Amino acid sequence: MDEARISRHGSGAKLWLAGGWLLLALLAAIFAPLVAPQDPLAQDLMLERLPPFWLDGAEPGYWLGTDSLGRDLLSRLIFGGRIAFIVAFAAAIAACVVGSTLGLIAGYFGGWADRIISRIVDVWMAFPPVLFAILLVAVLGTGLSSVILAIAIIDWTRFCRVIRAEAMGQSRMDYVENARIAGYGRIGIMLREVLPNVVPSVVALLSLEMGIAVIVEAILSFVICRSRPTTRLGAASSPRAVSRSTRHGGCWFSR
Amino acid sequence: MSACLDIANLSAVLANGQRVLRSVSLALQPGEVRALVGESGAGKTMIGKAVLGVLPSSVRIVEGDMRLEGEDLGKLQPRARRTLIGARTALIPQDPLTALNPSRRIGPQMTDRLVRILGWSGDKADRRIRQLLDEVQIRDPDRVLKTYPHELSGGMRQRVLIAAAFAAEPRLIVADEPTTALDVTVQKQILRLIGALQREHGTAILFVTHDLGVVAKISQKVSVLYAGKVVEEAETAALFAAPRHPYTRALMAATPRYTDPFASLRPVDETVLAGLAAEIASADQAWRRPHG
Amino acid sequence: MAEPLFSVRGLKVALPDMTRKPLIGRAPLAEILKGLDFDLPSGSVTGIVGESGSGKSTLGRTLVRLLEPSAGSVRFEGRDITHLPEAALRPLRRDLQMIFQDPMSSLNPRRTIASIIAAPLRQNGLGDNLKARVAEALQRVGLPQSFAGRYRHELSGGQRQRVGIARALALSPKFVLADEIVSGLDVSTQAQILTLLEKLAAEMGLTVAFISHDLSVIRRLCQQVIVMREGSIVEASATDALFDKPRQAYTRDLIAAIPLPEIDAGWLDMPSTGKAPI
Repeated sequence: MDEARISRHGSGAKLWLAGGWLLLALLAAIFAPLVAPQDPLAQDLMLERLPPFWLDGAEPGYWLGTDSLGRDLLSRLIFGGRIAFIVAFAAAIAACVVGSTLGLIAGYFGGWADRIISRIVDVWMAFPPVLFAILLVAVLGTGLSSVILAIAIIDWTRFCRVIRAEAMGQSRMDYVENARIAGYGRIGIMLREVLPNVVPSVVALLSLEMGIAVIVEAILSFVICRSRPTTRLGAASSPRAVSRSTRHGGCWFSR
Repeated sequence: MSACLDIANLSAVLANGQRVLRSVSLALQPGEVRALVGESGAGKTMIGKAVLGVLPSSVRIVEGDMRLEGEDLGKLQPRARRTLIGARTALIPQDPLTALNPSRRIGPQMTDRLVRILGWSGDKADRRIRQLLDEVQIRDPDRVLKTYPHELSGGMRQRVLIAAAFAAEPRLIVADEPTTALDVTVQKQILRLIGALQREHGTAILFVTHDLGVVAKISQKVSVLYAGKVVEEAETAALFAAPRHPYTRALMAATPRYTDPFASLRPVDETVLAGLAAEIASADQAWRRPHG
Repeated sequence: MAEPLFSVRGLKVALPDMTRKPLIGRAPLAEILKGLDFDLPSGSVTGIVGESGSGKSTLGRTLVRLLEPSAGSVRFEGRDITHLPEAALRPLRRDLQMIFQDPMSSLNPRRTIASIIAAPLRQNGLGDNLKARVAEALQRVGLPQSFAGRYRHELSGGQRQRVGIARALALSPKFVLADEIVSGLDVSTQAQILTLLEKLAAEMGLTVAFISHDLSVIRRLCQQVIVMREGSIVEASATDALFDKPRQAYTRDLIAAIPLPEIDAGWLDMPSTGKAPI
């Protein structure tokens, strides 16, 4: 019943742990050039497939070992974090803004607005998401911005569905009716009375969507083999890395 | 003759130590209708739930005995207690819509209890249910048994639940605000039905309500509750003739009466509430001493 | 006689019936109000009573034009507001206020009490001196000023309903619709809220439509009563006349069905005239 108070209870330790880890990752990504011990792109075939520091044969300065081209994995992770964060934030927020806005309109206004938006969502969701994404990237071209765009275009429906249902429920509350009595117009009521009450759902979905965005981005860079040999979180799973590791074996890869 | 239900000194607390029932004692003779009346937070529903063994997990009984026809519920193993309560008591709930499963037909919902808990044969249960539906004046039992809850009106749903409650010949029925959700004319019919069935079957009823009007019409004895404490217990006729506790008097003065519009609807006096608060506080202090 | 504040003639309202909505297409319309005629005299308190499904809430919402009639006319101060569009209604909203049944759902959980009371003021061009106006509204309903910064979950049921009244009356409206405003409250709180409304209505000269299922409350508060059943008016008359000499059997049944808080051994067995549906 009392949402605000419940959320303040109990979850303190969890919140700090999660928040602290996120902050650490975020700082590492922002200050990657300062933090990373090596150049993530520097190859050194003399140092290929080094094990991480807790195993025999590890090399100082290469804490997590190297890949088959002798690139430092820790540095690649740190630099890859940048892309992960950019994709997570940009794609999730873009999907959120589009989906929530349409969902709010459909849920609050109902009628034709709802019918049109809901049908579009139905059609949209009928496409298999990964195929849709590959298609989109094929059309839009590769690169970070097209990946972000593809994710937003695919995933806005998730927001739209949930926020529409929430807004519908809120619209039936008496305080929405009262705002009409108070003389507010439709848009005013939607922004003033309905929107603040769907924000908790928006935030919850947004945090989930960020995780999804990172995974989809990894899938896309794996599937679209043209991913440039730059740095990304999904580096370990890039086709080249996998194929090499299957041939030669290595610490991080299954044999 | 031993009491049908005997609650002695029952106290219950929430997880944070706050008392929700304060040394409640009441004894119900067989065939007696006892009203539990009070405002929200008075603990009247809590007592009914304690008797039926369905208290929410946040509420813990810390003291007191409950005897159902002489059997000490506290001394029984959980399984034996469930069986005993299941066989001898029944509930008429407040909201007849949420008390019925919306996706099942009325018929099986009514016979379930008879077949599963009392081990009756399906035929016997079916005959019994039809007999009870007739007693609650449902004319076309065949149709009603085949319907889903949402196809019936509120009054019809409550009739079905009353029939189900009496079907197993319980010794005690807990009626938890059974007419609060109904219109007045329907409320009157339902009260009449409950009264008639109660007399015919000789069932004791613990009638939970907030409405002194309903109390006056259906019960033989009343316990007036405030903050989980019985502040007054009396024969119904005596209570309405001469209420002793100031809170009872204040409640009566606050209850609207169309026959006397300006003497009724009086807000409860601050001094009455202050007196109640002091009474509760001193009772709690006396209780805490031996309990640490 | 002075012109009535509300004058309603042949009022019909039809709403989509969702229970009969086909899988595809529109829900058919069901007529909720079937042609009502009545006046609400200026400064009067009128009780609208009826059982569930009688259309009393629909009638209330039509008076404040949250719903649009399908036929007939509603005149407010002589002006036809039957089919006024939302934008044209907005200047009138100030005079047509409403107090809701469930104060929990009528107060936005994410706004402070002060902001809830201030919203209609700001929207209706009374944004100057907002703080003082909110303070005055709180004081009027007997709430301490410290409540201004609180949220709805920090208030008891009675206090929430006081906020509901403060919000409706902050604009000094001409008409207030009170829809079952005490049905969720305990008797002691109910008495406080009703006496407060009674006092404020008299002080401010409000015209009130008081919707309730409880005839006892209506007798205390209202000068005239409209008894409704299944979308039609069964009987409308002055309160005392209605209780002393009800003309219709249905009204008699309604009154007789009220359980009075007094011993009456024959009441339970006294059958009604049998007109009430089950």
